[in-house]
Amino acid sequence: MNAYVVSTRTPASTVFGVIALATVGLLAIAPAFAGRGLIQDLFFILTMLTLAQFWNLLAGYGGLVSVGQQAFVGMGAYALFGAVILLGLDPVLSILIAGLAALLLAIPTAFFAFRLQGAYFAIGTWVIAEVTRLSIAQWKAVGGGTGTSLPRGAVREMWGVEAIEALFDVRSSAARDILAYWLALVLAVATIVGIYWLLRTKNGLALAAVRDNTEAAKSVGVDAARMKWVVFLVSAFGTGLAGGLIYMQKARISPDAAFSVTDWTAYVIFIVVIGGIGTIEGPILGVLIFFLLQSQFADFGSWYLMILGLIGIAIMLFAPRGLWGLISERTGIQLFPIRRRLTGGKLTKKET
Amino acid sequence: MIWVETIIQGILLGGLYTLFAAGLSLVFGIMRLVNLAHGDLIVLAAYIILVLVSATGMNPFLAAAFAAPVLFVIGWLLQRYVLNRTLGEDILPPLLVTFGLSIVLQNVLLESFSADSQRISLGTLETASLSLGPINVGVMPLLTFASAVLVIIALNQIFYRTAIGRAFRATSDDATTASLMGIRPNRVFATATGLAMIVVTIAALYLGTRANFDPSIGPARLIYAFEAVIIGGLGSLWGTLAGGVIIGVAQTLGAAVNPEWQILAGHVAFLIVLLIRPRGLFPRGNDG
Repeated sequence: MNAYVVSTRTPASTVFGVIALATVGLLAIAPAFAGRGLIQDLFFILTMLTLAQFWNLLAGYGGLVSVGQQAFVGMGAYALFGAVILLGLDPVLSILIAGLAALLLAIPTAFFAFRLQGAYFAIGTWVIAEVTRLSIAQWKAVGGGTGTSLPRGAVREMWGVEAIEALFDVRSSAARDILAYWLALVLAVATIVGIYWLLRTKNGLALAAVRDNTEAAKSVGVDAARMKWVVFLVSAFGTGLAGGLIYMQKARISPDAAFSVTDWTAYVIFIVVIGGIGTIEGPILGVLIFFLLQSQFADFGSWYLMILGLIGIAIMLFAPRGLWGLISERTGIQLFPIRRRLTGGKLTKKET
Repeated sequence: MIWVETIIQGILLGGLYTLFAAGLSLVFGIMRLVNLAHGDLIVLAAYIILVLVSATGMNPFLAAAFAAPVLFVIGWLLQRYVLNRTLGEDILPPLLVTFGLSIVLQNVLLESFSADSQRISLGTLETASLSLGPINVGVMPLLTFASAVLVIIALNQIFYRTAIGRAFRATSDDATTASLMGIRPNRVFATATGLAMIVVTIAALYLGTRANFDPSIGPARLIYAFEAVIIGGLGSLWGTLAGGVIIGVAQTLGAAVNPEWQILAGHVAFLIVLLIRPRGLFPRGNDG
């Protein structure tokens, strides 16, 4: 048999696959032995990871550098509050509405922002996020400029909370955290698996081609404009889901917090850049470093932010591919391999 | 009559936004550099003027004259040793580096001057006004607008009448060819940013004397400045003035209808202009 085989799997990725499965399994049963503080920390890590993966899909793969992702976090969060307060829907179900609302907002946003190139696009998305924030602040039914809280009744009767209370023998508030944590775990895993799947399909190849050279990609028949729409809408939907989930857990919202450019875009960009833009591994590494820095130094307030800014600048100047870029350059390890390689057949080792 | 007055106030407010934007427009036009720290640099300059004024008791206008060379040097060094390294095809490095710089500057200012809001005092000039027929106009807004027009004229003169202006245009068009003619692009870029920082000082003077400021207000000023630059069209300084005036008028008209709509109206005007003219009102040549 001299058949050639096209594969993307590497020994490292196989080993990593097993470890990843074990990690996800361990995280899934974490509420059985972890305290409430740890669950909240893990919730924060998982939701930031989700936001980072979607920004990375936009900027790292789609070449769309947006500084307006807080529009979709805030829109999702407010849609959730609107659905619970005005329509009386269950908060868990309303997370889907959060995603859909962000998707709806993304359509006019894309229609507008795609007329702009490069840096103009970045500024355009930022302005749209500000317009959304200022408009939502006029919406008196959800608290206007000062914000509001989820009604107690709706929070207490959330789907699954009673079952979790009985299962782990915890109080209602802890049970809600566990529910939010599980949803965050599902969302983060689905995001990573989904993005990895997307990148390995034909569309993923098209996306990489558009990222590397739009004109060349168009000349071989890739519909660059369509790919950008797909990436933008998918990212908005995912960001909206994450936004809804984050504020379901917080149960309190205000326009300034939900549309914060620092929390939902600056930190997310920092995570992606420090970990390594244009890779799936990067945001995972980045969110862990970000969490460590925050838990160790957040008490130092402005000094902490100063250091964060300096680290970001240094990484961009001296290691633009981020920490994961440094690691994979040295070792050649790829945990989520996308590159197709020819193996088997008559090929000698050297040719592969 | 109230509408005429509102529009005049808006035009004068546009002068302030033009000052915020002119330095950005210069840097953007010459090297396609999007400086997200521009607003924070204005706030930094305002604090430098404030320190000079409170330490020596000198007139704020004189203090700005002393501050300008300091800021020129800061801008020159920043461009020469940091920002030049980020220039290239990829727009991500300059965006991220200046974004990081913005966060660093805000927090350095916060540590040094606390979050209290400050104001540079001008004495009676602050409230002085002139009557133009039936309409009263503040002297400070008029001075701001006049300074904005003068800055635009001066920058245009530098751009089109001097050797360094020729170097700016040549490097902007084609850095490689310009360097064959003996121009060092890195130094030209550094000088351009230094020049932009002198404009930043003038903007800071009016920012600090006309309203309270604190370390966190940079990004909000930045967004107005960007809107003015983009509305005007890349590289057109007169366009930047037009953009500033459009944002200013839209904001005062919005505020006249409902005070909560001031900022929103400015943003909406920006979006409408871009929907009609995606490259701004007066785009230069074939720039993307």
